[in-house]
Amino acid sequence: MARVTLEALRHSYLPAPQAPEDYALKQLDLEWTDGGAYALLGPSGCGKTTLLNIISGLVKPTEGRVLFDGKDITGLPPKDRNIAQVFQFPVIYDTMSVYDNLAFPLRNRGVDEAVVKQRVSEIAAMLDIEDMLSRPAAALAPDSKQKLSMGRGLVRDNVNAVMFDEPLTVIDPHLKWRLRSKLKELHNRLPLTMIYVTHDQTEALTFADQVVVMDHGEVVQIGTPVELFERPTHRFVGHFIGSPGMNVLPCELREGAAFFNGERVELEGPVKQGSGGALEIGVRPEYVKLGTAGVKATVTKVADAGHRCIVHAQAGEQSIAAIVEQPPERGAEVKLAFEPRQTRLYRDGWLATEQGGAA
Amino acid sequence: MSIELVEVVKRVGSREHIKATSLTLPAGPFNVLLGATGSGKTSLLKLMAGLDSCASGKILLKGADVTKATPQERNISFVHQFFVNYPHLTVFANIASPLRVAGMAKSEIEGRVEAMADLLQLRPMLGRHPHELSGGQQQRTALARALVKESAAVFLDEPLANLDYKLREELREQLPELLADRGAVVVYATSEPEEALLLGGNTGLMRDGRLVQFGPTGAAYRDPGSLVAAEVFSDPPLNQARISKQGAKAKLGAGVEWELTGKARELADGAYVLGVRPDRVLPAASAGSTNKVDGRITVTELSGSHSSAHFRFGEHDWVSLAPGVQAYAIGDDHSFYVDPAHCFLFAESGERAA
Repeated sequence: MARVTLEALRHSYLPAPQAPEDYALKQLDLEWTDGGAYALLGPSGCGKTTLLNIISGLVKPTEGRVLFDGKDITGLPPKDRNIAQVFQFPVIYDTMSVYDNLAFPLRNRGVDEAVVKQRVSEIAAMLDIEDMLSRPAAALAPDSKQKLSMGRGLVRDNVNAVMFDEPLTVIDPHLKWRLRSKLKELHNRLPLTMIYVTHDQTEALTFADQVVVMDHGEVVQIGTPVELFERPTHRFVGHFIGSPGMNVLPCELREGAAFFNGERVELEGPVKQGSGGALEIGVRPEYVKLGTAGVKATVTKVADAGHRCIVHAQAGEQSIAAIVEQPPERGAEVKLAFEPRQTRLYRDGWLATEQGGAA
Repeated sequence: MSIELVEVVKRVGSREHIKATSLTLPAGPFNVLLGATGSGKTSLLKLMAGLDSCASGKILLKGADVTKATPQERNISFVHQFFVNYPHLTVFANIASPLRVAGMAKSEIEGRVEAMADLLQLRPMLGRHPHELSGGQQQRTALARALVKESAAVFLDEPLANLDYKLREELREQLPELLADRGAVVVYATSEPEEALLLGGNTGLMRDGRLVQFGPTGAAYRDPGSLVAAEVFSDPPLNQARISKQGAKAKLGAGVEWELTGKARELADGAYVLGVRPDRVLPAASAGSTNKVDGRITVTELSGSHSSAHFRFGEHDWVSLAPGVQAYAIGDDHSFYVDPAHCFLFAESGERAA
């Protein structure tokens, strides 16, 4: 268990990087406290795997330092970093029993057999695989294999961090749910620093206390899941998190007020100083209601998602999504009311309103 | 136009991998097959497409018996979970290949490929090779190739499973539009209940090689005919409790007693299984949610848009999935509320009772 500090990190796969776009990972400073649950979230190619590899020691950063508990380990090879890793596909020894698989990382480091027994029993109980301990690993179902793989990552209590790289990608949805909750439960019970890398917003948001959202090698926001959902500081975060993502609507600014399609839209608060740049209104579908006043639009699509409906409505050139309980008819003329406290202005992609002031 | 299966069986060795299945899939709306890995979705698709042969039973396409016909003779398109493209051909040539095979005139091929590329936003990529494309573009290329010719049936086997979340969302929006009005029978396999809901049309629910229910997607979701059907079409998993029904009361154990309404009230007294979906178990009372259960919270997940609480009462582990941000703490005791109208009752046999 360790505090992980990333200091002025930058990485390029090119021999002589110069321009900012030569860097697969743009400058990054970060501190993760001991025992926390963290996630790195972003689409393929956003740099999250590069960052993971830098922390585990598989990639040496072009610039900057990695510190565990204040100690510089940037130059250390993976084996000396004392990190446990769980991968996308289960890494287990098929010919060994489940017990021996779990015991392996401990025995490998000369841990006393009595302690091995105790740790293996504890972890097996937490993962609900106690009744499988004597079975050969090869005989397990795919999700049990991945559970076992997780168990191997969690069995040592003295690691600096446990890193999970897309661990649930190959798991069926209904089992994914159970494994995710199990992992969350394990984090509550074990004092381990856990770092979870994924492109799946649901996995990141439900697992982590703090999520680092990355796009094009850049960290665009670090926050709690609620912060990322409620107040995205970048339009990418608004779009990437949430399903459907935040509506992003081009607008004009006249005397401090925002206008979309010629209609005034009330914002969460005053617009920050700044000039030029593309101006957009951001509002999540959850905060768009069908009302008696608001932006005029025509319903183009109504999708029944069980207990809620996702409505798409066309306003001028823009399609706007709303999540409602009572669906309108396709083709209906509606008025879309944006909840002012959840309606923001973005300038060149970055949040440009302050909270407060709106009714 | 339709695909009709009559008592179709597939065997692997002596085991019935697909149990006798009869089903009519109409052209027009999406026909979704929903089930976990190994439930038989892909096997059923392959039987319909002619990529595999059945041990017994009949398959009819447009009323004609095609049980022994090849995929070419059936005139079908198949999109696999792992995108398959010809690596040595450009995107244009990949999309054009089924038309070339069919001997279409060059000028017509060009028009069709370009129209399809426009629809799938591949126009700028037509001159590139598959390895120069992102995963989403590769899968769009595979889709374009499947859709460019006029097939009698289009089979899609979890086509979005290997794509990033946001891409999946985008393609899921486009697919029904792309396939509408083509006159083809569209069959789409997925393991994700939410995907089935959003694609609409009809949904067939599968488990262990058996088709357990088929009908309009909304009805299959809201009105499951059996416990298995409700389980297959629920994510997160369906909350369940064995109950003892006495008059208008249902005893869930651990001292929890709920009121039954409507048809459930009229059932004979005795043992049943009660099922309720997590998004119908809510942390605050509202009009109609007259049933209450107190539980101890074991795990919480706050995603911003939703809050889930796993809670335990008696021997039951249940989940509540509520919109918005809820103040939960692990170890807390919390009350959850359920509208009796949202409870399903199943007989011990697993059949829906109310």
